Amino acid sequence: MSASDDIWILGIHMTKFGKHPDKDTVDLGAEAIKGALADAGVSMRDIGVLAAGNLMGRGGIGQQLQKQVGQTGIPVYNVANACATGATALRTAIMAVKAGEVDMGLAVGVEKLAGAGLLSGGERAADDKEWTPRGRFGAVGPVDGRIGTETMPGVFAQIGMEYGHRYGGTSFELFAKISEKNHSHSTLNPLAAYSKAMSLEQIMGDVMIAYPNTRPMCSANCDGAAAAVVVNGEKLKSLSLEQQRRAVKVTASVLTTDPWQEACQVLPDVNTLTRNAARQAYEQAGVGPQDLDLVELHDCFATAELVHYDNLMLCEEGGAVDFFESGAPWRTGKTPVNVSGGLQSKGHPISATGIANIWEVAQHVRGECGDRQIEGANIGLAHVIGLGSACGVHILEKSAA
Amino acid sequence: MTTSTQIPFVDYLVLDDGDPHLVAHECTSCGARFFDRRNSCASCFADDFKTVRIATEGELRSFTIVAFAAKGVDVPFVAGIVDCDGTSVRGNIVNCPPDPEHVKMGMKVRLTTFSTGTDESGVDAVNFGFEPAG
Repeated sequence: MSASDDIWILGIHMTKFGKHPDKDTVDLGAEAIKGALADAGVSMRDIGVLAAGNLMGRGGIGQQLQKQVGQTGIPVYNVANACATGATALRTAIMAVKAGEVDMGLAVGVEKLAGAGLLSGGERAADDKEWTPRGRFGAVGPVDGRIGTETMPGVFAQIGMEYGHRYGGTSFELFAKISEKNHSHSTLNPLAAYSKAMSLEQIMGDVMIAYPNTRPMCSANCDGAAAAVVVNGEKLKSLSLEQQRRAVKVTASVLTTDPWQEACQVLPDVNTLTRNAARQAYEQAGVGPQDLDLVELHDCFATAELVHYDNLMLCEEGGAVDFFESGAPWRTGKTPVNVSGGLQSKGHPISATGIANIWEVAQHVRGECGDRQIEGANIGLAHVIGLGSACGVHILEKSAA
Repeated sequence: MTTSTQIPFVDYLVLDDGDPHLVAHECTSCGARFFDRRNSCASCFADDFKTVRIATEGELRSFTIVAFAAKGVDVPFVAGIVDCDGTSVRGNIVNCPPDPEHVKMGMKVRLTTFSTGTDESGVDAVNFGFEPAG
């Protein structure tokens, strides 16, 4: 493989996650882009392609952002892949660089989500005055709540419960303990939306959303943005030694969707596509799960984090409960998971998430993560899932320079 | 229009006088089953489907008790995934208290139907759920 095939993150930035009532989507996205460009030591003039993601806005976020950070006429790809939108934007920029069309690309994801409730809708549509079959199920009215649930907390609750049924060992308390870990981790993250530790009693005693997920066990809706500048190895060699030293190598960049499975039409199968993405990523990077110094995985709900220990092969198949009980995913453990606080505490501004998790890993392998630095971190993995489904997995490695 | 007119809430529920059951579109090539209308088979890309009857008894493979939902949805309710003799079905678990002491993973359940309400023409939309069979 020649240097021109290598992909590096040259600069990356995430905004504070939380409530930003005085900033709109464009302000936040522009802040992330300017931060990533400054971190990379380059300007919009150096960027050959922009991939941008935003789900809740009016569309065309990439062009809206160009008008604030620099209109240079480069191609813009506005992408959408549910909660994997950020990772999809990054992958799009990486593909353009890898294809040799440009030597530097920019990806951004931004969302204004503070105060949003259930993302599947705040109110069920009213029934018609006359029952009329509609849609692909010929349903005469909305099915949410009548034929199962369409809420995310409920869907992911079933995914965790199913794992427990298959392998045993899960309980309401176990899932709550996973959340306790992430809330504890967030106390060291000044950019997290919520950075208070929560006791097991507080978590279990909080408002039940969809058993066994209580409110603090659900991802926190908030505002935020993240952006990254990627460059190929050839171009990187022409940049300063400081830029080369801080650049983080992307040793794997994978996006998968779910292959057909018997039950995927009734309950999204978030397992198979994650497992496939992880397998491809480990192969691309030439590393195994035992080599990872930290993992940021898509803990949209406490019940989701458990299954992804297994899907990312951080444990033996069926061994996620034992893996958690061993203390491995705590920041002091063998494979620290979600030391940022994860989606449950750092927050989940959906389109920003798939770049913000890369930022977290990049800061650790650069050794620039301050109080929450995982000492000696060289290799880390970032995982994201968008229901539908799409799964992004990236593996990052410290620069040898 | 008489008040006794009934229609199924979804088209894969067949009411059949006293013998309600679900049906699926089964791919004639690979056997994959789908409750919704499909253009081709998601598993093997073939185009032909036949209608098959789904077992009315099954085992609860997963569930959640939804306590917070969109306005207009009655809570709490139990949403579950039922393995009906190899075909996974999504539905509510009914005629059972919505708490983890009564809803048990792996429990035997059977299809049941109930009225969702009548529209302005007096047509009754009948929905399905699963109730404990033990």
